[in-house]
Amino acid sequence: MGNDKPVTLFIQCLVDGMYPKVGEAVVRLLENLNIPVDIPMDQTCCGQPAFNSGYRREALVAARRFIEIFEKARVIVCPSGSCVDMVKHQYPVLFKDDPAWQRRALAVSRKIFELTEYIVDVLKIEDVGASFEGTVTYHDSCHLLRNLGVADQPRKLITKVRGLKLIEMENAQKCCGFGGLFSVKFPDISTAILEEKIAHIIAARADAVVGCDISCLMNIEGMLKRKNVSIKTLHIAQLLAGP
Amino acid sequence: MAEIKTEYYKQNAVKAIGDPILQNALSNVQNRLGPATALCYQKLAEGPDLRLKAHKIREFAVNNLDILLPVLAQKIRDRGGKVFFARNAEAATAYCLEVARENRIKMVVKGKSMVTEEIGLNQVLEANGIEVNETDLGEYIIQLAGESPSHIIAPAIHKTRKEIGRLFTEKLGIPYSEDPPVLTQAARKFLREKFLKAGMGLSGCNMACAETGHITTVSNEGNIRMSTTLPKIHMAFMGMERVTARLEDHDVLFRLLSRGAAAQNMAGYVSYIGGPRTPDQLDGPDQFHLVILDNGRSRILADPEFREALFCIRCAACLNVCPAYGKIGGHSYGYPYSGPIGAVITPLLTGINRAKDLFLGEPLCGACKKACPVDIDLPRMLLALRAKAAYGDHQWAVTRVNPREKFLFEIFSILIRNRKLYDLAMKAGVFFQKWLPRKQGMISHIPFVFKGWTQSRDIKPLARTNFLTLWKNRNQKS
Repeated sequence: MGNDKPVTLFIQCLVDGMYPKVGEAVVRLLENLNIPVDIPMDQTCCGQPAFNSGYRREALVAARRFIEIFEKARVIVCPSGSCVDMVKHQYPVLFKDDPAWQRRALAVSRKIFELTEYIVDVLKIEDVGASFEGTVTYHDSCHLLRNLGVADQPRKLITKVRGLKLIEMENAQKCCGFGGLFSVKFPDISTAILEEKIAHIIAARADAVVGCDISCLMNIEGMLKRKNVSIKTLHIAQLLAGP
Repeated sequence: MAEIKTEYYKQNAVKAIGDPILQNALSNVQNRLGPATALCYQKLAEGPDLRLKAHKIREFAVNNLDILLPVLAQKIRDRGGKVFFARNAEAATAYCLEVARENRIKMVVKGKSMVTEEIGLNQVLEANGIEVNETDLGEYIIQLAGESPSHIIAPAIHKTRKEIGRLFTEKLGIPYSEDPPVLTQAARKFLREKFLKAGMGLSGCNMACAETGHITTVSNEGNIRMSTTLPKIHMAFMGMERVTARLEDHDVLFRLLSRGAAAQNMAGYVSYIGGPRTPDQLDGPDQFHLVILDNGRSRILADPEFREALFCIRCAACLNVCPAYGKIGGHSYGYPYSGPIGAVITPLLTGINRAKDLFLGEPLCGACKKACPVDIDLPRMLLALRAKAAYGDHQWAVTRVNPREKFLFEIFSILIRNRKLYDLAMKAGVFFQKWLPRKQGMISHIPFVFKGWTQSRDIKPLARTNFLTLWKNRNQKS
C-alpha cells in the first residue's frame, strides 16, 4: 500500500489558522498509508481571496511565493479543491504576460492534487482502512466538482469506510453560498443560498455532513451551530484518518 | 433605452428573498429546467461536447462579423427587404417610429424579443400614440400588469395563476378563473383580434444566417409566426452578434438553444425569413425591415477579454442553474438581461461601476459555464470584471470601487510574504478575538467588515496554536 516517496503538503490558511485538527488528520491519513509528508514551513496563502476579489497584483505576490516554495516538490497535495483549482488553473492565467513565470506556474500546476484525487487517482487506493459508526451525507464543493472534476473520488473513499452509510442529499452539487468574500459582502444572498443547503442536509437525516473543502464546511457549520442543529461537519480527512 | 436600475441590486435582492411566492416559482423553474437541460446534453447523439463545437461556431461568426453582416444585409436587400444598422437604442427606436409613421400605423403586435426590451421600444412607440401588443403569453401577462420580464425566456415566472386570474378579470373583463387553459384561451381570443388589426408586426431574431440571408425565429406558441406574417409590415430586431456564417451552423445551434432554453429537442416553430412577400406568394408582409443593433456591442467585440460574451444565444440555461439568480430573481439585476449572462453583459452595456454588484454579488460557483449550450466561460469574465473594479480601468472608464478594500489586500500581500509576520498577525487575531461574544465554542458576532458573516452564521475562533506551529513542535519533540 502506498509508496515511500514523500508528498509535499500545502495546508491552506483556513485549516492552518482555524481548523488545525484537519491538518493533523491529513498527515495521519497519509502516514497511515505509509506516505511520508514534507511540509514547507514558510508557506502561507495561495492568493485566492485576492484573486477572486479582483486584486490580481496582490494575488501575483502570493502566486510567485507559492511557486518558489513548492516547485521543487515531487508532488503537492492540498486538502482543498478551490486552492488546488487556484494553483492549477488560475496561476497560468495570472502569468499570461510573463512567459518565464508562466512556464514555472504550468510545471507546478501539473503536480498539484487535491487530497482525495491524489489518493484515488494517483495512489489507486479506495479503502484506507477507516471506520465510522453512523450515517453521513456528502456536499460537493463547487471548484472541486466543476473545475477539477472530482465527484466520484470522495464518494469511493467514503463508501469504503466500515460501518458507514452514505445518504445522498438532494442537490448535493449545488453551491452552499460561501463564495469567499461574497458571503460577507452580500450576506442576504449568501444566507438564502445556504438556507437551502442546510434544509437539504437536515432532510438527509445523516449524523454528519462531509466535504473536501473546509471553507464550505465552515459556512455550513456556522449555520448549523446558529440553528442549534446537532449534525456534525467533518472534513473528509477527519473521517478517513480516524481519531 | 431600457431604464437602468442596476445600483439597486442589493435592495431588490432582499425584497425578492422575502417574497415567498417568488421563491417558490424560482425554485420550481430551477428544479425543473436545470437538471432536465443537463440530461438533454448527455442524450445528444454527439454527446455534451457538441457544446464545444457550438462554441467554435459562435467564435468564428463573432470574429467575422465585419464580413458576415454586410453579406446578410446585401442578400436581404436583394430580395427587397430593408436593413438598418442602428448605432444605439435611440437610432433603432427612431427608425421603427419613422416607418410606423410613414405607414400610418396605429397598432403593432410583437413577438417576444429581449433586444427590444434593451432599447425600450414599447415605451417609445406608446409615447407616440401607437398601441403595442405583446403576443407571447408570458410577455402579454406582464404587459397587462405593467411589469418587466424576470427571466429571459419565461418572463412571467414570478406570477402565480391566481394573480394572473385576477389580472385577467380586471384588464380583460372575463369571469375569474385560475385554470391555465381557460386563461390561455382568453388571451388567445383577445390576441387574435389584435393580430388581424395590427398594421405592423415586430419580432426579435434568434439567429441570422449570412450564407442564405435569413433571420430565424423560434417559438413554442406560434405567436411569432403570426406576428411576422399577418401584418403588412414586419420589422425584426437583432443584436449585431446574432448571426452565423453557414446554414448548417443553425442545426447545431438550434438543437442546443432548444435544450438550453426548455430542455426540448427542438422548439415548436422555427421560421426562416429573408425578405417581404414575393409577387407569387399570397401571404406575408409587403415590407420587411431588419434592424441590426450595436448599442455598445462593438466595444465588447473590441476587447479580447470580453468578446466571448457575444457568443451568447440568449437561451437562459445559465439562469436556471445559478444559485444567486435562484434566490434573487430577474428583477434584481435592474436591466432586461439577468442571471450570470446579465451579470457580465449588463455592466459592459450600461457601465461597470454602476452595475458592480451584479458581478460581485454571486458566489462564482461555475454552474453557468457547465449549463451554457455554447460553453461560454462566464466565471472567467466575472473575474475579469472584478479586476477592473478593483483597480479601475481606463479603457472601460472604470473608477476603483472600494479603496478601503484595496488597502486591506495590500496588507494581506505583505503578511503572506513573510511567515513570521503572518504568524504574528494570527497571534494578534487570537488575542483580540477573546472580546468577541461566544456561544458553545463558536463566535456569534464579528464587527466591522466581517459582520455580514455573523448575520446568519456563527464562526469558529482562530486556533490558539496554528497547524504549522503544531507540526514544528511535533518535529522538534521527535
